[in-house]
Amino acid sequence: MLHILVSASRFSMLIFMAVYTLYSFTALKSNIKPQRQDKLYKKQTLMIYMLLINGNLVLYLLKMDQKVLVLAACEMVLLILISVIYKKIYTNASKALVNNMSMLLTVSFMILTRLDMDKAVKQFVFAAVAVVITCFIPLIVAKLEFLSKLGIFYGIIGIAGLAVVLVAAQTTYGAKLSISLGPVVLQPSEFIKIIFIFFVACMLKEVEDFTYLVKVTVVAALHVLILVASKDLGGALIYLVTYLVMVYVATRNPGYMFLGLFAGAIASIVAYFLFSHIQARVIAWKDPLSVIDNQGYQICQSLFAIGYGGWFGTGLGQGMPEKIPVVTTDFVFSAISEELGVLFAICIIFICINCFLMFFNISMQIKEYFYKLIALGIGTTYGIQTFLALGGVVKFIPSTGVTLPLVSYGGSSLLCTIIIFAIIQGLYVREYDEDLEYD
Amino acid sequence: MTRQNDNYKSVDVMDLNDRRDLDAKNRRQSTRTRNPRNNNMNRNRRNVNDFYDEGLKAKRGRNLNKEFAIITYSFLILFICLTGYLIYFVQFESEDFINNSYNPRIAHLAETTIRGDIISSDGEVLATTQVDDAGNETRVYPFGNMYAHLVGYSINGMSGIEEEANYNLLRSNSFFFTKIFNETAGKKNHGDTVVTTVDSKIQSAAYNALGSNDGAVIAIEPATGKVLAMVSKPDYDPGSIAANWDRYISDDDSSVLLNRATQGLYAPGSTFKMVTLMSYMNQNSHYDNFEFDCNGAYNIGDYSMHCYNGKAHGHENLMDAFGNSCNCAFSDIGLGLNVNDYGVFCNKLLFNQTLPTKLSNTAKSRFSLSADDSDSTIAQTAIGQGQTMVSPLHMAMLASAIANDGLLMEPYVIDHTQNDQNKPVKNFKPSTYGQLIDSQMASKMREYMRYVVTNGTGSVLNSDTYAAYGKTGTADFSSNVNENHSWFVGFAEDWTGRKIAVAVIMEGVSSGNSYAVPATKQIFDAYFTY
Repeated sequence: MLHILVSASRFSMLIFMAVYTLYSFTALKSNIKPQRQDKLYKKQTLMIYMLLINGNLVLYLLKMDQKVLVLAACEMVLLILISVIYKKIYTNASKALVNNMSMLLTVSFMILTRLDMDKAVKQFVFAAVAVVITCFIPLIVAKLEFLSKLGIFYGIIGIAGLAVVLVAAQTTYGAKLSISLGPVVLQPSEFIKIIFIFFVACMLKEVEDFTYLVKVTVVAALHVLILVASKDLGGALIYLVTYLVMVYVATRNPGYMFLGLFAGAIASIVAYFLFSHIQARVIAWKDPLSVIDNQGYQICQSLFAIGYGGWFGTGLGQGMPEKIPVVTTDFVFSAISEELGVLFAICIIFICINCFLMFFNISMQIKEYFYKLIALGIGTTYGIQTFLALGGVVKFIPSTGVTLPLVSYGGSSLLCTIIIFAIIQGLYVREYDEDLEYD
Repeated sequence: MTRQNDNYKSVDVMDLNDRRDLDAKNRRQSTRTRNPRNNNMNRNRRNVNDFYDEGLKAKRGRNLNKEFAIITYSFLILFICLTGYLIYFVQFESEDFINNSYNPRIAHLAETTIRGDIISSDGEVLATTQVDDAGNETRVYPFGNMYAHLVGYSINGMSGIEEEANYNLLRSNSFFFTKIFNETAGKKNHGDTVVTTVDSKIQSAAYNALGSNDGAVIAIEPATGKVLAMVSKPDYDPGSIAANWDRYISDDDSSVLLNRATQGLYAPGSTFKMVTLMSYMNQNSHYDNFEFDCNGAYNIGDYSMHCYNGKAHGHENLMDAFGNSCNCAFSDIGLGLNVNDYGVFCNKLLFNQTLPTKLSNTAKSRFSLSADDSDSTIAQTAIGQGQTMVSPLHMAMLASAIANDGLLMEPYVIDHTQNDQNKPVKNFKPSTYGQLIDSQMASKMREYMRYVVTNGTGSVLNSDTYAAYGKTGTADFSSNVNENHSWFVGFAEDWTGRKIAVAVIMEGVSSGNSYAVPATKQIFDAYFTY
């Protein structure tokens, strides 16, 4: 009987997911009536709850562990709390983004419960803490004007923070990423990413002349170079692309972006010939089976998982995602794809696209230039990070070791992403309030 | 202050504005009718910030729609390509990719599935799994040694079809309800059956034709690339592989486990004259004018090339030289070739390349010759006695392409898979490699290869039911002149157009005429008599 339930749940969960995804794009249409939009958001919320219940029911029956039920109940409470917070305290929050965040968190909880109960519990705690902390972020962002005057300060913190990582961090999988502070392991580059966006937005809100732009670029490039030295290639790429996009919009000169991309391409080629760890990644991308014993092992296991799961997946608990190294963080997408199916995984890609479009949409609506640039920076960061994370595990691009925002396990990544979502919500609310004020 | 007026007019404000409409009603803050699109005007009253200088105002006064659109669409394109790649991978590549010994999931399947059968195209069971009352599974190979290298083994590692189709054999596409029934009853599902392209009658003819000799046979259907038979000797019984394993892997001399048809590399001997001849045709458009007087020996500096048994063939045209397998004439031809073009042409004929085939573990044939090599080396290479090494599969592919107007089909051995109710699951269609040689050259080669049978060294193959084409060969492989490899490479067709291409190699025997050619005759006879 259990087998039938597991098998059938592959389809029911796919349906919840697909309906949710469909609604998220229907609600994005420009000619949709607000009433209908609100209905869609309500239905979306229902889909999230159904998915959470269905998934955890299966997991409970597979594991026969009371903890699954307790955790699921806590998760449900958290989800409800999130929707209440954004509905009641921040009346005008973008419900589309709140839903997307909840959906991605739900998938994360579900797959982590499947993979590693302890990590699922931790992830839940991180999420709960993050939600509480970020309750105040929309307030801060919405009210504090002086944030736009701290440009140099952000730059100094950013470079100093990354430099500390370079010197003091422990090496994991060849890259220096995390710092241990007692029991807490931090990945500062995740947080500095936000500070970096603030830095660039402050500096570029008024581009005085070319020399000024060069000065800012030098500081930004320093960030990127430190990350390269830490062997955090994914991080370096995220910072670089974010900066180039922000410069492009701020100067309205595509030349700068092409120049930057060109320089980036040259630098990549040089780096390819200089560093063996970059060559290893490229070889593992071009022909992973030929190096399956070492560099290609991870990506091969990832593709085995995705291919084995096929369109509809094996069903929760029926695959072997635990055979993929670092499956809970960088390769969580492969685990989802294996057990819940490629179609389900494609829905996740589309939800990520939807988030990205919402970020850009909000950025476009913001009238104040500094905040506009921040929203733009956040949108770009989110877009490029998601692309690197997804592209790496399906072998579309060489693996860069980047986490999938909100879905991958990891406190720093989760907290940082929820902060990003909160900032965007803050900017959205702020824009709304101002319009009311002057109406 | 002109900036705010036209500043954000065309910025897309749909979402926010609609939200405003709705929330305004909800809040009942104001009874005024709102028109949010007037906001642009209202912005005038607000001193947003002082951080724009006048010069920038005009610049930023224009909306940023274009920039945002470019970036948004760039990202969208990236994501769509990514999704497209994922779909492509799952639909077209994943099945081959995941069938890998490093994939722990495949072995795991055996816990819920009884390994499927392997059968020949005419329905003979080549491998099956027997389950006794206690649930113990035994893999059984009813034909014993006959299909050893083709079917392979599935314990102590894997080989042959057992390895190639491991995933298909362990996957069950039984009827939906049967599977559910089995799963609820705790029974194993029956894995899919792999249907090979091999014909049991031809396989058995090929197996018997080799007799007690070491060697290999591979037979291909030229129009499709279907492997009709594949034999390698010495062989083994896949059913008792575990018991004899230690002996097999310590046995360096005869290497029982090696599939000589795909992995064996042999000196091609006179069969290589086909390649030299094609290269000559390729380099000389007036090859028909070729003439040569053979007196049984051909001197190249200190080195003297002899025809087989020192026989003098007298005055020959090109067809005679090929039909007589005249070493002297072909030494002369080889020395007249542009060595670099010769090498390029051989690479085009798949020397030094991974062969385009779905068969796994194939050896690369070797051909190397440079302009610096001595004339005697060039002459020896031209008649197939130099450093050149070929696999029987490669030679059969050359014959197959010539038979098929120059178009090479990639050899394959798995025709389709089917579930336990014989419903097809997956078909493996023929795939085209491309034009190996042009059809004109192929037609000319057929003429020459036919002449070998009608007037030359392959006369044993003359038959009333089919027309045979080919080239015989004898390759020296040791200092003992009485021990040679005997080759035949060619094909045959009957009046209906059915064709079969073969490569036959028999190791350590004397001349081509008395071994490989009669063996080929048995295979052709078997193919055309039913």
